[in-house]
Amino acid sequence: MARITLNNIRHSYLANPKSDDDYALQRVHLDWDDGGAYALLGPSGCGKTTLLNIISGLLIPSEGQLLFDDRDVTALEPDERNIAQVFQFPVIYDTMTVRENLSFPLRNRGVDEETIATRVAEIAAMLELDSMLDKKAAGLTPDNKQKISLGRGLVRDDVNVIMFDEPLTVIDPHLKWKLRSKLKELHQKVNRTMIYVTHDQTEALTFADQVVVMNFGQVLQVGTPVELFERPTHTFVGHFIGSPGMNVLPASVVAGSVQIAGHTVDTASDIANLKQGTVEVGVRPEFVRFTDSGIPGAVETVMDVGRHTVVKVKLDGLDHSVNVIVDEGDDLPEGNVHLQFEPAQTRLYEDGWIVAETQG
Amino acid sequence: MKTSNPRAWFLVLPVICLVAFNALIPLMTVVNYSVQETFGNNVFFWHGIGWFQDVLGSERFHAALGRQFLFTGIILAIEVPLGVAIALAMPRSGPWVPVCLILMAMPLLIPWNVVGAMWNIFTLPDIGLMGYTLNSVLGIDYNMTQSPLAAWITIVAMDVWHWTSLVVLLAYAGLVSIPDAYYQAAKIDGASKFAVFRHIQLPKMKKVLTIAILLRFMDSFMIYTEPFVLTGGGPGNSTTLLSIDLVKVALGQFDLGPAAAMSLIYFAITLLVSWAFYTAMTKDDQN
Amino acid sequence: MKLRSLAPILYIVFLMLPIYWLVSMSFKTTNEILAGFSLFPQEFTLENYAAIFTDPTWYWGYINSTIYVTINTIISVSVALPAAYAFSRYRFMGDKHLFFWLLTNRMAPPAVFALPFFQLYSAVGLFDTHIAVALAHCLFNIPLAVWILEGFMSGVPKELDETAYVDGYSFRRFFFRIFMPNIKAGIGVAAFFCFMFSWVELLLAKTLTAVDAKPIAATMTKTASSAGYELGLLAAAGCLTIIPGAIVIYFVRNHIAKGFALGRV
Repeated sequence: MARITLNNIRHSYLANPKSDDDYALQRVHLDWDDGGAYALLGPSGCGKTTLLNIISGLLIPSEGQLLFDDRDVTALEPDERNIAQVFQFPVIYDTMTVRENLSFPLRNRGVDEETIATRVAEIAAMLELDSMLDKKAAGLTPDNKQKISLGRGLVRDDVNVIMFDEPLTVIDPHLKWKLRSKLKELHQKVNRTMIYVTHDQTEALTFADQVVVMNFGQVLQVGTPVELFERPTHTFVGHFIGSPGMNVLPASVVAGSVQIAGHTVDTASDIANLKQGTVEVGVRPEFVRFTDSGIPGAVETVMDVGRHTVVKVKLDGLDHSVNVIVDEGDDLPEGNVHLQFEPAQTRLYEDGWIVAETQG
Repeated sequence: MKTSNPRAWFLVLPVICLVAFNALIPLMTVVNYSVQETFGNNVFFWHGIGWFQDVLGSERFHAALGRQFLFTGIILAIEVPLGVAIALAMPRSGPWVPVCLILMAMPLLIPWNVVGAMWNIFTLPDIGLMGYTLNSVLGIDYNMTQSPLAAWITIVAMDVWHWTSLVVLLAYAGLVSIPDAYYQAAKIDGASKFAVFRHIQLPKMKKVLTIAILLRFMDSFMIYTEPFVLTGGGPGNSTTLLSIDLVKVALGQFDLGPAAAMSLIYFAITLLVSWAFYTAMTKDDQN
Repeated sequence: MKLRSLAPILYIVFLMLPIYWLVSMSFKTTNEILAGFSLFPQEFTLENYAAIFTDPTWYWGYINSTIYVTINTIISVSVALPAAYAFSRYRFMGDKHLFFWLLTNRMAPPAVFALPFFQLYSAVGLFDTHIAVALAHCLFNIPLAVWILEGFMSGVPKELDETAYVDGYSFRRFFFRIFMPNIKAGIGVAAFFCFMFSWVELLLAKTLTAVDAKPIAATMTKTASSAGYELGLLAAAGCLTIIPGAIVIYFVRNHIAKGFALGRV
């Protein structure tokens, strides 16, 4: 197990990068504790796979250092770093049985047969593969094959970190949550650092203690699921997390107050911290209320999603709509309405980034 | 999902007509000849299985069959490992790959008689590049028209030159279809190069290799033009393979009966061994 | 890394040697060839090529070959298209057996068919015609084309067909305007292999022709066995037969790997 440090890492796939746009991964500077469960969350092309491959050693970064427990591993080969990786599709050795698959990494490292047998039995039991140990790996279902891939990583005791690159991609939907819970359970049992890369927020938020949200090759926010939900530090994070995501509305500062379409809005942010950038207001649908006075608008659509209803309101005088969550049982508005945002949960964003809150 | 549709027969009708015309009618003729005897003037007598017995018992047929199996065995043993080895040694991507593939494909597109003629010119003892090099530069006594061994070595070398690229191209296609993740996982597992070959590359190439081996078996078993142009079946009949012998009997001597019987036996052997090969190589897939 | 690339390089050198020798021979005079060994042409000459381009017996050989190969490719691919579609999309009585029977024709030794074909095509009065060779080559080219095309067609989802029918396309219009563009690569690969196998085949082409449709292959073999052993001429003729092949490879170079990958050769 190791503490992972990413020291000013930047990566470009081009030989001679000139501008920031040429970098697939902009500056990443992070510290991860031993034994934690982390998720790298972001849409396709955001740089998360690049970052993962840098950590596993399949890619050497253009700049920066990678440290495992203060040991510089930046240029080391994957098999010298003591890592394990589970890929998007199951990677197993077709010709071998499940048992042989699981024993393979240990055999290559010269471990004695007795130890191998014990370890394999232990891991197989943990992964619920023990009934299939002597079956040919090629004939199993994708979710069992992924378990084998994972098992090959768990079976070694010198593993610093286990990495998952969107491992549930080929798994049937009804088995996804089962496997997800298994992964969480395993993490608690073996206590190894696990890094989980995904574009699915549910997977990330349920698995990880700490989530790293990425986009445009940058780390936008690192935090617990609750932190990301309640206080997104970037509009993209607000958008991406939550279903539906945070409402982001253009705003202007007039005479010391924030205004949307001419109506004053109270926010938790300190206006004094604003510079000259584009100002936006962000508020989650959960924190928007229907009132008698407030920002006027008209109901556009009403969607019943089960436990609550999402009402989409088109604001008067603005080419934007606001999603509002109405709990089951509450009255549904129609026609012209007024909206009010809960001030403590309404935030200002400048050029996408959060504006610091008023102290006190 | 396929739908049941008897109208489909109209779509396959042209194919059936053309292939049947070329396959069934000649075969019927052959069957006809194989059970009849003629003394000329288009008068035929029933001969039963006489010709078949003659052919199957004849020394000449056994010799030709033996030579054929020997030839096919040798070239399979050389071309398949060689082709796979070259495919493994080729880079998986990069600017040189298309160039290499095109150059390697060239022997496959040369008319077979030109292949024979080319190798003829190439191996002439005093004035051919290979002949001259062997005889005058390396001092090896090499003459294809006189020594059966030299003739055999030459036809084997010629076939390897001509057809190994087919194995290379097929094996290479199979190799590049293996996703990188497998190699990455093997690296992380600490697998040796040989383990990677044995557990990842070879299994994933199984399908294309089956096709390559089957094709090479069939085509080498039926080979006619190249060795015929190169050695004419000689010296003597040391390189008279099955097809060459059959054509001699059929078109040279016009012995219709024996030729027909031999043809059917030949066809039957080819089908049988092909089927056996195919079943043996794909039985794992049935599980 | 460098050592590993030695193998393909050596192999390619091995492949190019006889070809180089043929090319160099084609530029030598017969005198120089028979006089002794020379690595390069000492007296570079174009007389061999001139002879071929001016002698009808020779250049007609190329034209004849090109004619029947083209006819064969067109016929084979044209009839294979509907048949492959049927195999790919429909179930019908005997479909598996039919497909298998087609494949066995690929396994037929041409030597077995030499004499029967000679008699058959003479009987229908097609001896020594281009169409005879073109048709005869259909025996193994059609199964090949059907096999290759069926493979490519199976990669096109059936939903495409169904959508077109719902949109009101007749079968013909659908096939030509929607389906065929989708399997362009497959048609290219099938045509390539038909061209290849027909161009290189000698036995049947020689058996079925005499003068009018005589392919270049037959002309060359006649020269080789005749008393005047003109090696330079033979070499030049051989070189010219390689050119169509090289051109065709160049055009399909991007599809070669895909065609082979389908593993349907």
